[in-house]
Amino acid sequence: MIRFLLKGLVRDKSRSRLPIIVVAIGVMLSVFLHAYVTGLMVDMIEMTAKFSSGHVKVMTKAYADNADQVPNDLAILDAGALMDRLRKEFPDINWTARIRFGGLVDVPDDSGVTRTQGPAMGMGIDLLSENTRETDRLNLKKSIVRGNLPASAGEILLSEAFSQKLEVNPGEKVTLIGSTMNGGMAIYNFIVSGTVSFGTSALDRGTIIADLADVQQALEMQDAAGEITGFFSQGFYDDEVAQINLDKFNALFTIDEDDYRPVMLRLRDQESLGFYVDMTKNMGTIITLVFMIAMSLVLWNAGLLGGLRRYGEIGVRLAIGEEKGHVYRTMIYESVMIGIAGTLAGTAIGLLLAWLLQKYGLDIGTFTKGSSAAVMLPDVIRARITPADYYIGFIPGVISTVIGTALSGIGIYKRKTAQLFKELEA
Amino acid sequence: MDHSIIQIEKLTKSFPMGKSKFTALYGIDLSFGEGEFAGFIGPSGSGKTTLLNIIGSLDVPTTGNVLVLGNSVGELTAKQAARLRKESLGFIFQSYNLLAVHTVFENVEFPLLLLKYSTSERRNMVMDALAWVGLTDKVKSKPPQLSGGECQRVAIARAMVKRPSLVLADEPTANLDAANSHNILQTMVKLNRDLKTTFLFATHDEKVIGYLRRKVYLLDGKIDKDEVLSN
Ligand SMILES: Nc1ncnc2c1ncn2[C@@H]1O[C@H](COP(=O)(O)OP(=O)(O)OP(=O)(O)O)[C@@H](O)[C@H]1O
Ligand SMILES: [Mg+2]
Repeated sequence: MIRFLLKGLVRDKSRSRLPIIVVAIGVMLSVFLHAYVTGLMVDMIEMTAKFSSGHVKVMTKAYADNADQVPNDLAILDAGALMDRLRKEFPDINWTARIRFGGLVDVPDDSGVTRTQGPAMGMGIDLLSENTRETDRLNLKKSIVRGNLPASAGEILLSEAFSQKLEVNPGEKVTLIGSTMNGGMAIYNFIVSGTVSFGTSALDRGTIIADLADVQQALEMQDAAGEITGFFSQGFYDDEVAQINLDKFNALFTIDEDDYRPVMLRLRDQESLGFYVDMTKNMGTIITLVFMIAMSLVLWNAGLLGGLRRYGEIGVRLAIGEEKGHVYRTMIYESVMIGIAGTLAGTAIGLLLAWLLQKYGLDIGTFTKGSSAAVMLPDVIRARITPADYYIGFIPGVISTVIGTALSGIGIYKRKTAQLFKELEA
Repeated sequence: MDHSIIQIEKLTKSFPMGKSKFTALYGIDLSFGEGEFAGFIGPSGSGKTTLLNIIGSLDVPTTGNVLVLGNSVGELTAKQAARLRKESLGFIFQSYNLLAVHTVFENVEFPLLLLKYSTSERRNMVMDALAWVGLTDKVKSKPPQLSGGECQRVAIARAMVKRPSLVLADEPTANLDAANSHNILQTMVKLNRDLKTTFLFATHDEKVIGYLRRKVYLLDGKIDKDEVLSN
């Protein structure tokens, strides 16, 4: 019987063509969109992780409570010792200390009088130690627009846009005016070694990047660090891994209720990243559902039209002694076969498109200019094909054909045999 | 009528027509024996198809009793009616109603698929049926490639392949020319004789009427005349 149905489907193109095309298009869009949105979200999340949240981050309790104000007076004091301990207890996490700071960058002229000035957001990171991974992590080498990476103490990077605003070039001297950890005024001179552009408006406006040791010295934060940021060795954020480490951390570090005790925040606990992590997780379900409903509606209508053409066939089959329920079931079987065929085609095309977008990327820089979202949006979006993309299409693909056929076939199921037969004669 | 296979008593059939109803058959009493070659004859609208459909368990009586091969049509469930058709009845239609995308072989094979015969049984039975109608050289053709006469012969093979006790044929020659009409009628006469299959026609075609051995004339839903030819 199945072979008989298959033959009918293969030979009667009008019976299979439209539904297969509908399914293929729907599945293609689902797969592509899923890969696209996953790529977008994961890039967004990882970019934010690299520049700001880490996969996990350790701060003092008090600093964490006011993290958006970058309260360096609440920084971790014995950062070196804490880092050593973290490295020992959590060998699967790459730990690095950072200091965020705000301040004013002042560009003096030859006589030392202010030529230009602008507010800056600074990051003190490990730029100079021998096997630092920060340079790679922040993609600094490729982001250089002019000049070079800092090679020795006292050198900093400015974002290209900022350097243009300040009319300062690599090799020139700038002065950072900020506040020390103890609330005093900090004035520290740097040489601009180069300028960088990350392709993200949030970072390209007024960023300066300096070596951690320099910042510690400038802000009188010897052996202190605002944040110790951790990155999973697997290279991407994962809720479960984060939870395991958080539990372990809490077991190790909740000895006292001191405001300065270290606390660990997962990526999802910071800024609005939890929302994005959840979105990424639920994306498959949402896309699948939306396409399933849309395709079911289209296929229902297509099925109604197609069904009209088949009254003759159905009438004969009833006369020959096939039960109505059996006719209905065979139509459902047919729809499963159509669903599978359409899904295979749609998945193949969807994966191909997603692969192209993964390989070549799409530059949306013009749209993200000036966006001030807390989350960083990369200028070039890339799809990301995950294992789910290979099977996710089957859910809307097969279920929607079955639903569409089931709905359009109800007419046949409900009508009296005599009535169906009458229509066959017409 | 010692071996009666159809017994109709006081059959009426009416269809709802808006608020009132239209009665297509009035108080029909009839019975047919095994191996008859009979037909309902009458003008358009006289109720031939309605009567044939009730006998074929495609429709049910409004009142009265219709017994087909021991089954009371009015009391059968949909499943039982389907089973009666599947196992014991063959249908031939005016417009052939072959499955256009399936080959001659597959069209004839279809009833056997429902009856769950094995592949080799199906193959033998289909080839036998095609031999009866003289179409063994067209097994691989599809209906659109056949003439009207050939299509109707495929339909006869499909109705006969499971060797049903009763074949119901509604205007089987309406779309055929004289030569083809005679050809398929002769085929059916031969099958009636060789296999003892009972044939019941609904027709107003003189060519068909000429072959009938019993003629039941219908007029406005009533039996007008019931002529049995003696041999
Ligand atoms: N489902 C139905 N609903 C209403 N009226 C019907 C229905 N089926 C048949 N009739 C009516 O019953 C009468 C008999 O119809 P039937 O089809 O049996 O005639 P017939 O003798 O086969 O005619 P023809 O030679 O044109 O095929 C007709 O008047 C027809 O309109
Ligand atoms: Mg009729």
